[in-house]
Amino acid sequence: MSTTAAALPKLQEEAYRGAWSWITTVDHKRIGILYGMTAFCFFLIGGLEALIIRTQLAVPEGTVVAPGTYNALFTMHALTMIFLVIMPIGAAFFNYMIPLMVGARDVAFPRLNALSYWVFLVGALFLNVSFLVGQPPDVGWFAYAPLTSKAFSPTHAVDFYIFGLQILGISSMMAGFNFIVTILNMRAPGMTLMRMPVFVWMTLVIQFLVVLAFPIITVGLIFLQFDRFFGTHFYLVEAGGDPLLWQHLFWLFGHPEVYILILPAMGIVSEVLPTFSHKPLFGAPFVIFSGILIGFLGFGVWSHHMFTTGLGPVADAAFSTTTMMIAVPTAVKIFNWIATIWGGRIRLTTAMLYALGFIAMFVIGGLSGVMHASPPVDLQQQDSYFVVAHIHYVLFGGSIMGLFAGTFYWFPKMTGRLLDEKLGKLQFWLQLIGLNVTFFPMHFLGVDGMPRRIYTYYGTDGWNGWNMVATIGSYLIGVSVLIFIHNFFRSLRAGKPAGADPWDGATLEWTIPSPPPVYNFARLPNVTSSRPFWDVKYASPAQKAQMEKAERERGAEHIHIPPPSYWPIVLAMGMAVFFAGWFFNPFVNVAGVLIVLAATFAWVYEPGH
Amino acid sequence: MSIRRHRVLALCLLAGAVAALAGCEMVSHTRSTINPVSDFGWAIQNVYKQIFWWCVGIFVFVEALLLIAIFRFRVREGSHETPEQVHGHTNLEIAWTILPAVILVFIAVPTIRTIFAVAAPAPADAIRVTVTGQQWFWHVDYPDLGIRTANEIHVPVGRAVEVSLHAADVIHAFWVPRLGGKRDVMPGRTNRQVFTVDKPGLYHGQCAEFCGTSHALMRFDLVAEDPASFDRWVAEQKSVPAPPTDPKLKTGATTFLTAGCIACHRIQGSPAQAQIGPDLTHVASRARIVSGMLENTPENMSRWISDPQAVKTDARMPNLKLKSDQVEVLVAYLQSLR
Amino acid sequence: MSTAAVAHAEETSLGQPHLKVGFWTFLGSECLFFGSLIATYMSYRGHSVTGPFPHHGPPTGTGILNIPVTTISTFVLLTSSLAMVLALAACQKGHRGKASFWLCMTALFGLTFLGFQAFEFTEFYHHGLSLTQNLFGCTFFVLTGFHGAHVSVGVLWLISLFVINQREGISPENALKVEIAGLYWHFVDIVWIVIFTLVYLIPD
Repeated sequence: MSTTAAALPKLQEEAYRGAWSWITTVDHKRIGILYGMTAFCFFLIGGLEALIIRTQLAVPEGTVVAPGTYNALFTMHALTMIFLVIMPIGAAFFNYMIPLMVGARDVAFPRLNALSYWVFLVGALFLNVSFLVGQPPDVGWFAYAPLTSKAFSPTHAVDFYIFGLQILGISSMMAGFNFIVTILNMRAPGMTLMRMPVFVWMTLVIQFLVVLAFPIITVGLIFLQFDRFFGTHFYLVEAGGDPLLWQHLFWLFGHPEVYILILPAMGIVSEVLPTFSHKPLFGAPFVIFSGILIGFLGFGVWSHHMFTTGLGPVADAAFSTTTMMIAVPTAVKIFNWIATIWGGRIRLTTAMLYALGFIAMFVIGGLSGVMHASPPVDLQQQDSYFVVAHIHYVLFGGSIMGLFAGTFYWFPKMTGRLLDEKLGKLQFWLQLIGLNVTFFPMHFLGVDGMPRRIYTYYGTDGWNGWNMVATIGSYLIGVSVLIFIHNFFRSLRAGKPAGADPWDGATLEWTIPSPPPVYNFARLPNVTSSRPFWDVKYASPAQKAQMEKAERERGAEHIHIPPPSYWPIVLAMGMAVFFAGWFFNPFVNVAGVLIVLAATFAWVYEPGH
Repeated sequence: MSIRRHRVLALCLLAGAVAALAGCEMVSHTRSTINPVSDFGWAIQNVYKQIFWWCVGIFVFVEALLLIAIFRFRVREGSHETPEQVHGHTNLEIAWTILPAVILVFIAVPTIRTIFAVAAPAPADAIRVTVTGQQWFWHVDYPDLGIRTANEIHVPVGRAVEVSLHAADVIHAFWVPRLGGKRDVMPGRTNRQVFTVDKPGLYHGQCAEFCGTSHALMRFDLVAEDPASFDRWVAEQKSVPAPPTDPKLKTGATTFLTAGCIACHRIQGSPAQAQIGPDLTHVASRARIVSGMLENTPENMSRWISDPQAVKTDARMPNLKLKSDQVEVLVAYLQSLR
Repeated sequence: MSTAAVAHAEETSLGQPHLKVGFWTFLGSECLFFGSLIATYMSYRGHSVTGPFPHHGPPTGTGILNIPVTTISTFVLLTSSLAMVLALAACQKGHRGKASFWLCMTALFGLTFLGFQAFEFTEFYHHGLSLTQNLFGCTFFVLTGFHGAHVSVGVLWLISLFVINQREGISPENALKVEIAGLYWHFVDIVWIVIFTLVYLIPD
């Protein structure tokens, strides 16, 4: 489908209706919406798991769930929130916003993008189908060997973990290649690297982390699969193997993964704060470089998850030092954010409140992180509720708050309507209070010696009070999410019309209508600074005249919109068949490979792409 | 958002925190990580204290800065002027890069000093204890004293103790919070922990690395006592119990040998010599049973023996389907093993 | 993948076609994949509890690795890289026949290498080294097996290109297709050189 902008509105209406159009879509905006909606469903599932966990722990010797079920719940809560919520909601924003923010009409490989989504969905279903067959993963999301070996986990629970993660890894890596190319290679004319919005920069860093970190866990999972299916001894002590190998591979992936989870929020906050302060981001190059530095250092700190394993004082000292070094670029970011709002004209919209809440909460998580960067202190805090408090301040107070900031900020761009501000603020305050009531007491529980991942405790342990408080807090968070759901559907139907630029934004996405047309930009923008739209809006009359003249001189542009394709979903299904084969028999594996190969050839020869 | 609503919310938050705090004042912190009773614990405590106060300082500074910025530059009604467009300030950037780095030096130096201090080898006269973690209980051996027991570790106050950690199956972690940090119990390697307890008492410990279904119930006790009491305990544990003479206990002993217990447990001075389950030679001398889970009473013991899985899910001890009279004599016998 | 990407190559920000930039990132990812496999092999070197051992097994026995044979197969694989270079050059110059010939040769060399590997694997198996025999068996077969799988995918790719070239020809403008396959092929070749050096040449 090649045409010009004038002919496109009609095309948009014809080809963009019905369920089939969603299944075959290769439009980055629609794929972004699919990612977002799917991830939100899993957010509810993961949240429900969390509520059951908290209900079980509300009082000593709770009897809400059996021990095995509890272990499955905390395992699946972590896997769900990490791989099926925070990563894909990030992906939803990357998909929807990156092409708009760099001034492109789609991502570099639209069909690969659709494939990433469908493969993600397959992986997500793989993990959760385990509940239906009564064998959900129950070895913790870190799945330490040798608890995962056939001897100690004879059911399929660990197999669901292995293949679920393998599939999700494939999806993330494919998306990673796609976004690296999109960002590096599809920037609008004049958009140099240093003129890219910080959100785009953080996305670029994240994608590099994804493509470099996921292969490591892939290898770790392959070893685990071979141990379980073919009788190898990678993690088995009896034959000379070492369970620590898994820990090294897992955390070599796992720590960059932590930054994969937090950097999207940092990127979003770096967009939201300037907009609502009516100022540019303070020290943008420093924010960008500290993001890159965090990414780099992220690969050199993995053993701080293993201080208690007894690596020896030299290794402990080395990894402690590298871990502490990460605090420097993080602090640089926080100071720059505060300097951004300093002297600004701060509008406390819900998006802005969430961005500010992000800073306030992330500081707490960051500081407790500094505490267990010290190995002696970590010997006390590791595997205690102190660490549970830490990760929730970072991932809930940090990532989720940042993602909500993004939701309130970009929802109008995606739907053409504003989310209700009153309900939004109610949700924010309830959530902020709820998260502090839930997670702050966990610091005390940890200091009082409560280990994590225990399904029960006794009244004499001295942990009753704070556990009850934490449980009450978790229900407050639950209510805040219900308010969001109400707000979401109400605003979708009857929200205030947003217009193209509801927040007085400075970046390219605000230059086009909300929701954007299929082709995004009728004409690709010409970028002259890091705030291209600001330059246009706040230009002097002389500058404006000059811009208009330049605009008139440009000819009509040829627009190429790739036609829809069903090969991505076919290929994803082939992969599903292949992985399902491990549960049935090798012929199913072979059938899966054949489907994948056939779909690949059809893919290559599909016309119009 | 009106200022009044801010205040109401702040008050609610404060009230909630105070109420919760009051609730917590009433409990005893039996496993506090910040109330150490050993040199190892104090070494950690000293680093922790320094880092903690640095963190509190930074927290107050940053959050205050943030709040001041928000309140001072909040948009005023009807104000539409564009603020000065500041893009950055190199000297400020340098300052807030160096400042955290300097603070980190203050954190890193005591940290690294302590890492090496707590890794120092045990003195020659240290009491050696070998602890073996197994789903879901602990074997305790004193190789120099020839004692084997389970789930209850006795150490003398004022003398160095070196604990060697072994795992029989999966990874566990040995943690007595008031004694100091935890150490993973790894299959295929031996980790060590050295400490000298400075205050007699009963200190609770628990497995801290997730190790399967009943990880939450893998507890143990550490009893620190004055050297004389410790020596008495050692003598007691080394003694071999005489075969019972009381008819009821005799039936109990026979039941132990015939019902299947013998397959896993050891009772010295009897034919039961298996070392898979906890050593029961002096089981009645222990304060608690089922790895620190239940008080050591006849009632609890019969509950446990009658249906182990009902007490501890997936417990490795099989349900031998004993009749109630069998359980009764068995418990009587075991309770006689002081 | 995308002909549009090729046609608009000159419009991209980096001046390189999307496919090429994307493929380089893919190879970066592959480096970590093989890096992890190789690192595992290296860290488990000499940790096998039972034989057969790769080099000089304790206390006396000789190693199971047949270095002369693998040297030949390594040479074959290296030669295939040369053939690949010639295939790309022919394609870029529009010499369709020559391109077909060298594509075919590259695939053949690749197949020969795979034949050597199949021979080596069966040979080892008959000498008692199975996947589950010892740590050397686990790490060796998984590492070289995944490399072999990569070579197989490459051979399939080259054969596909050969068929396309025979049926409709690959024009010099479309030489990117061959160039990408070449990148992959050279990468797999380089990985083998690392494996050959670390696994075969350096004794325990």
